[in-house]
Amino acid sequence: MYPPELLYTKDHEWIRVDESIGTIGITDHAQSELGDIVFVELPKVGDAITAKESFGTVESVKAVSEIFSPVTGEVTAVNSKLENSPELINTDPHGDAWLVRVRLSDRSEIESLMSADEYEKFIQEEKGH
Amino acid sequence: MLKQTALHKLHKAAGARMVEFAGWDMPVEYAGITQEHLAVRKTAGLFDVSHMGEIRLSGPGALPLLQYVTCNDASRLKISQAQYSALTLPNGAAVDDCVVHRLEQEVFLLCVNAANTEKDFKWISGQNRFDAEILDVSEQYSQVAIQGPRAAEILQRVTDANLSKLHYYWFMISACCGVKGILARTGYTGEDGFEFYFPPQHSETVWTGLLEAGRPEGILPCGLGARNTLRLEAAYPLYGHELNEDTTLLEANLGWITKLGKGNFLGREALAAQRERGLRKKLIGFEMIDRGIARDGYDVLIEGEHLGTVTSGSPAPFLKKNIGLAFVPPDCDQSGREIRIEVRGRGVAARQVPLPFYKRPK
Repeated sequence: MYPPELLYTKDHEWIRVDESIGTIGITDHAQSELGDIVFVELPKVGDAITAKESFGTVESVKAVSEIFSPVTGEVTAVNSKLENSPELINTDPHGDAWLVRVRLSDRSEIESLMSADEYEKFIQEEKGH
Repeated sequence: MLKQTALHKLHKAAGARMVEFAGWDMPVEYAGITQEHLAVRKTAGLFDVSHMGEIRLSGPGALPLLQYVTCNDASRLKISQAQYSALTLPNGAAVDDCVVHRLEQEVFLLCVNAANTEKDFKWISGQNRFDAEILDVSEQYSQVAIQGPRAAEILQRVTDANLSKLHYYWFMISACCGVKGILARTGYTGEDGFEFYFPPQHSETVWTGLLEAGRPEGILPCGLGARNTLRLEAAYPLYGHELNEDTTLLEANLGWITKLGKGNFLGREALAAQRERGLRKKLIGFEMIDRGIARDGYDVLIEGEHLGTVTSGSPAPFLKKNIGLAFVPPDCDQSGREIRIEVRGRGVAARQVPLPFYKRPK
């Protein structure tokens, strides 16, 4: 279910790191909790984003949810498909529906993120509460 | 500990996403709010609304009490007829909104909001100088709502009642899926439909029976999420949003159920005075022009000034627009006017539009 090549946050974002570029999205668990996603607000290329701080919002029919960045860096690309097809996040959250790419300013930030196994355990525990 | 309806297990088994609502653990969605919303607009949907409260008034004092605590004219109700009304405060605001059913000459059943059932019961009891018998009978009823243009056709397969004889806002004591109850042609979605009140022990029979009967049409079980977007498209008020203890019925566009001429009732004087002197605020509808979704509590900007507040805002799945209701100063009520909604610090363009947003085709 959760791709092993990704790293995960407790706020339900994922990041895939290739060299110094990270691709960020929200997890399958996050999209399923939100329901039908109808709107995404993302930063622009060149914007600076900070680890653990909000860099955008995802809205479902019912709710607004902030997206928190797993890392600090500069946005190098934004997934423009999501502007007209935000529902992609429901169908392919770990793939086609990535949100932004960032140039990492501190690679060591990813060391505190969860592996796929750890994340799955984490959401099981959350459900238990 | 959250309360559960008699259908709780079935909802969980069907994979519904559950949320806390008014102290109840309720399904917010099954297949998805958009899909459920569209099913109700195009074919049919089935809702478990057993969390709703029921209060029964009976005896010779029942009608006088009801006339005193509600704004609509219950004396006009015939047996088997229902009426949208509100329990009023002396200031002209609503304790709650409700549907009044006249079961017998001297017996009335009020369907009230789950969050307000206790408050309503205490309020009515506190006004009972008419010696009516007042009972909170919420636990004696499950309630399901089948709604949509094909609802009548589907329901007809599992009831002996002749639905072509059952008109809007009338009810029958009939069997549905072999279970006897109150079958009313009412709803909260803007579509044709029925609400069925029956003994909770038969809940699974009724629920699965109706889903089975509607299978050819593709009936969907629907959650509170779609119930909210459907009522918003139809511009029906929701207590706690458009209605509260500080908003008069006139301000909430409920002048049509406010019968000042029926005789004395709580809030009558305040409402009559307000009708003379004018409103403090006015409920309006708007749709977003630019990208952005208005949500409850967002500010409304008119000519750059913070003058209003959004009471309900959401994407409208059938209309495919982002819509909302808001209170604004009465002199700002101007259909077609461009306003702005403050979305996360940004004023996003919107336009006032006439209500309701959606009206079903005749």
